[in-house]
Amino acid sequence: MTTASESRPQPAEQFDDLKQQFHADHMGMWIFLSTELMLFGAVFMGFAINRYLHPDAFAAAAGHLDLTMSSINTAVLFSSGFTMALAEQAVGEQRRRLGLGLLGTTIVLGLVFLAIKGYVYYQEMLEGLMPLPWLQFTYDGPSPDQAELFFNFYYILTGMHAFHMLVGVGAICIVLMLGWRRNNPASWVRQVKIVGMYWAFVDIVWVFVFTATFLLRA
Amino acid sequence: MSAVVPTPPASHYLNPPWGLKSWLLTTDHKRIAWLYVISLSGFFFLGGIAALLIRLELLSPPTDFLTEDFYNKMFSLHGIVMVWFFLIPSIPATMGNFLVPLMVGARDMAFPRLNLLSWYIYTIGGLLLIASVVLGGVDTGWTFYTPFSSQYSNSFVVPAAMGVFVVGFSTILTGLNIVTTTHEMRAPGLTWFRLPMFVWGNYSVSLLMVLATPVLTAVLLLIALERMLDLGIFNPALGGDPILFQHLFWFYSHPAVYMMILPAMGVVSEIIACFTRRPLFAYKSMALSILAIVLFGFLAWGHHMFVSGQSIHAGAVFSLFTFMVAVPSAIKVFNWVMSLKEGYIQFTAPMLYALSFLGLFTIGGLTGVVTATIGLDVHVHDTYFVIAHFHYIMVGASVTAYLGGLHFWWPKMTGRMYPERWAIVAAVALFIGFNLTFFPQFLLGIAGMPRRYASYPEEFQFLNVMSSLGAGVLAIGYLLPLVYLPWSLVRGKRAPSNPWRATGLEWQTTSPPPVHNFKVTPVVTGPAYDYR
Amino acid sequence: MNSQDAARFQDMGILPTQASSGAAQVDLLALAMLIFCALVLLAVFGLVLWFSWRYRAGSSVKRKPLSSERKQTAMEMIWAGGLFIVFMGFFYWGVDVYVQMYQQPDEDLTIEVVGKQWMWKLEHPNGAREIDTLHVPVNRKVRLNINSQDVIHSFYVPAFRIKKDAVPGMTTSIWFEPTEIGTYHLFCAEYCGTNHSHMRGQVIVMSQQDYSDWLTANGHEQTAALDGAQLFRTYGCSGCHIGSSVVDAPVLAGIYGRVVPLADGTTIIADEAYIRDSILHPHKDIVAGYKPVMPSFEGRMSEADLQKIIAYIRSLEPGDWQLERHGGNP
Ligand code: HEA
Ligand code: HEA
Ligand code: HEC
Ligand code: CUA
Ligand SMILES: [Cu+2]
Repeated sequence: MTTASESRPQPAEQFDDLKQQFHADHMGMWIFLSTELMLFGAVFMGFAINRYLHPDAFAAAAGHLDLTMSSINTAVLFSSGFTMALAEQAVGEQRRRLGLGLLGTTIVLGLVFLAIKGYVYYQEMLEGLMPLPWLQFTYDGPSPDQAELFFNFYYILTGMHAFHMLVGVGAICIVLMLGWRRNNPASWVRQVKIVGMYWAFVDIVWVFVFTATFLLRA
Repeated sequence: MSAVVPTPPASHYLNPPWGLKSWLLTTDHKRIAWLYVISLSGFFFLGGIAALLIRLELLSPPTDFLTEDFYNKMFSLHGIVMVWFFLIPSIPATMGNFLVPLMVGARDMAFPRLNLLSWYIYTIGGLLLIASVVLGGVDTGWTFYTPFSSQYSNSFVVPAAMGVFVVGFSTILTGLNIVTTTHEMRAPGLTWFRLPMFVWGNYSVSLLMVLATPVLTAVLLLIALERMLDLGIFNPALGGDPILFQHLFWFYSHPAVYMMILPAMGVVSEIIACFTRRPLFAYKSMALSILAIVLFGFLAWGHHMFVSGQSIHAGAVFSLFTFMVAVPSAIKVFNWVMSLKEGYIQFTAPMLYALSFLGLFTIGGLTGVVTATIGLDVHVHDTYFVIAHFHYIMVGASVTAYLGGLHFWWPKMTGRMYPERWAIVAAVALFIGFNLTFFPQFLLGIAGMPRRYASYPEEFQFLNVMSSLGAGVLAIGYLLPLVYLPWSLVRGKRAPSNPWRATGLEWQTTSPPPVHNFKVTPVVTGPAYDYR
Repeated sequence: MNSQDAARFQDMGILPTQASSGAAQVDLLALAMLIFCALVLLAVFGLVLWFSWRYRAGSSVKRKPLSSERKQTAMEMIWAGGLFIVFMGFFYWGVDVYVQMYQQPDEDLTIEVVGKQWMWKLEHPNGAREIDTLHVPVNRKVRLNINSQDVIHSFYVPAFRIKKDAVPGMTTSIWFEPTEIGTYHLFCAEYCGTNHSHMRGQVIVMSQQDYSDWLTANGHEQTAALDGAQLFRTYGCSGCHIGSSVVDAPVLAGIYGRVVPLADGTTIIADEAYIRDSILHPHKDIVAGYKPVMPSFEGRMSEADLQKIIAYIRSLEPGDWQLERHGGNP
């Protein structure tokens, strides 16, 4: 990283000006998000088909999940989305301190989400709902085989989401550091926006994951 | 070509530094293109060796040269390597990488570091695949059908699937870069309908890459998890559905076959326009039909599953969409043919490759229409007819176009001319060898020989021997460029900036181009292919 | 393609014999398609060659100015529109053939087909069972209910132009009406693992009289052989004789009735007694070129099982996959 010694910030060398760079980064992020959409879309498709094949077993299995904790978690995630949006605005208005604070809050909320998620996983493991080969799968509802299928999808979907959360938290940490060091204020605005898009996407995906696995229950 | 020996430009991207570091850490799209050329060639010959072993085994009806398991591993390796490690990245990652920024008048790709990262990811994926081969290979075919791949295969499915999984990210990043570059970095005056067809081809292929590849990513992830953790998503005994895998796989893989042909179409359009010295016939519908292929390409996947147990209605609908996707291709063939009319045709080596493409693509496409006719596909599905269909398109058309493009832009990429006479010999050997190899396979398919057969009934031997002999001729066609192209790097004549007197921004800069491509950002004032 | 051919299979040559009522319809469609493709191909190749000659760089033909983009688009629309209509014709025709192929007829005979790695198990309505060979009567509508025990296979009879995947966990079906007496290839067309290419068999079309004779006479024998095939696996015989490359054991397909060279230089005819001895007292007669590693099954195998296994070994033919698997070996 070169420090911007000039007063006017320079775009990366392949771009004509900062505006072009901003557009390009923006577009790149949108394209990236569309690939993410297709990734989750494929798994959702698999889930949907299996739910269609075994509606009762899936609904019953969903009933075994802890709705309360996950609703709390949903609220946590939404707040983090809100603080991220505020952070973007603050940074856009050159209010650096506020922006840094809001980014920090977002990170903390993201981590809280992951912690609760981990706790929920742990509870489920104790209940014997985690269908891993080395764990005993115990399930007292109807058609346990299909229920196991449900739990497989549940862990894949929430696991993929949690992985994206981790990446998102990491990305916010990086922009936080960049803002802290004041390397390049003009690019910082852009970087925060880009990361914000990603975070918003992760929030939205959760809505679908939550609906599909928790709310469609018996 | 001018008689004056041109002096190379004072400073260009191939100037020193030449150390390993300057190549492995470069963010220059032109150097990254070379990294790809080298690694892709390696994989092409790996896949080619597997093909040769396949053809040797098929010389005689019993399984005598290889064992069944080894044979199965060979065609799986062949398919996996050729599709994901050679053909899909072939044109976009090499010439696309090199030329798209040049053709739109940009200094580099939009995200140069991602571009380099993409090559590293490709390399890691390649190493994983090679690891799976070293461990003992994979025997699922390139299609990884469940439940065989997820439960029954005793081979190294997970490392191979992870290799393909990883290389998918490389594809996505390349696509992302090309889409963004085309959208955001065009030179002033370069409107969408002034773009060269090559850019259109690479742009649309990149759209397919970013939208379809993630589905493959997801499905490979599911296979690996299913195998390691016994999930049951594709296991009927646990309530899963093995056909679901096929739907997801082909939802990706049908668009994937267009990933392999669209950039080739772009290359051929450039070559034909240049060597007929005429604008392309009906430029606009050329561009629009590419977009139509992208769109309909997403709707045709079920034509791989006509006998799989999907419903009759689904079969009919997919057949319909498959016919629809053939129409824009037919428009393109019509346009290329009509572009020859009223031209001043020069039969250089690239032009011979382009004309080969035209003929072989038409045969491959027509036989695609045969398989799209659902009542006929029941008979030829999973026979050598299908093998011949897709080799006509993928080898006959795409690989030929890849070689044609490599020759066409060789002067630009290296600053040297290739030896024309040898190139013509290679192009002709390719055409003849190719037809000898794959035409008999149509007949085999019609006679009913199933694919992926290590041994076969005796009556199929004659045609199989013909096919194997043809493969030998074909190999010559591929090995020749491997010799004379590197030779030309040292001994070839120096190339002027524009040896073909072609239009297009890439020819306006020096050969080889300077590091940032253009001394001044070019301004475009007219349509593409302003030949007269 | 002449059906009085002395070879075992009738379906040879470029086009397999038309041996079912549906095959003729498929072939008619194929012929139409072939003509259409040939015409297009001729047009494309013809034009390319003609233009290449006429408009080569050196020729002095006068070049007309290019037509306007509008005119070009119009020409193209005509081409595309015409093509589309033709396509729709083929689409319709193709679907028509396809629907007839899979739609349930009022069948005369239903046969249960089970694919497994790597054999076809077939069961006739009266309970007679057979492996890899399907006997059917001519001119009767036969319906196949197809299933799989493990991976996906595909039931393919080129002479009938039919193919249908055998998918585990679901039953698919297809029907045909054989019209020519003879023996035809049966292939597994979906890749199913190591011996996919050996998962081949035959369909024997017989006169209706022969078929009912066959049912009464051979039904039982075939059934015993089929059970024997199972036992051949459960007792672990297949581990050495089919599957393994670690232990070198002789190939058993086609052994029945053949002359076997023994390690002591003598020979013996492989009749039932010899096979029985080989299983119960393997060390008595060692086959030349093999190590005496085969364990004795005396006391470990009931008489009934023994008979079934012998029936299975007898039912194997030299053309069966076990033989070809070791085709290159001595
Ligand atoms: C680059 C790769 C590529 C391309 C471009 C295509 C293009 C097409 N493919 Fe192909 N296909 C494959 C690669 C490709 N395919 C592969 C790899 C498989 C097998 C996968 C596997 O199982 O392993 C396959 C399998 C496959 C099947 C399944 C067969 C089976 O397994 O039973 C079908 C069925 O419909 C099909 C159809 C088509 C059609 C209609 C087109 C069309 O897009 C073609 C359009 C082109 C033309 C039509 C020619 C040009 C037009 C004219 C000259 C005008 C005149 C034409 C007419 C009047 C007809 N393909
Ligand atoms: C881009 C894609 C691509 C390319 C280029 C090729 C190229 C070739 N392919 Fe392949 N092929 C596929 C994609 C491709 N193929 C796919 C997807 C399958 C399906 C796999 C599956 O069923 O899962 C397949 C399957 C397939 C089969 C069917 C196997 C079977 O079903 O049992 C056959 C059989 O003939 C075959 C042959 C060939 C031949 C002869 C070539 C030739 O064109 C190859 C020519 C190249 C060479 C001959 C290299 C020359 C040089 C050397 C070998 C170097 C010599 C050695 C040294 C110097 C050490 N291919
Ligand atoms: C440990 C490996 C092994 C197992 C298990 C095994 N065999 Fe064998 N078998 C051999 C070998 C080695 C030979 C050749 C040497 C000999 O004749 O004993 C042989 C020979 C035979 C022969 C004589 C073949 C000929 O060519 O003349 C028959 C018949 C036979 N086995 C049947 C069986 C049956 C039936 C079973 C299961 C019930 C079985 N084998 C289990 C290894 C095995
Ligand atoms: Cu069974 Cu292939
Ligand atoms: Cu397809």
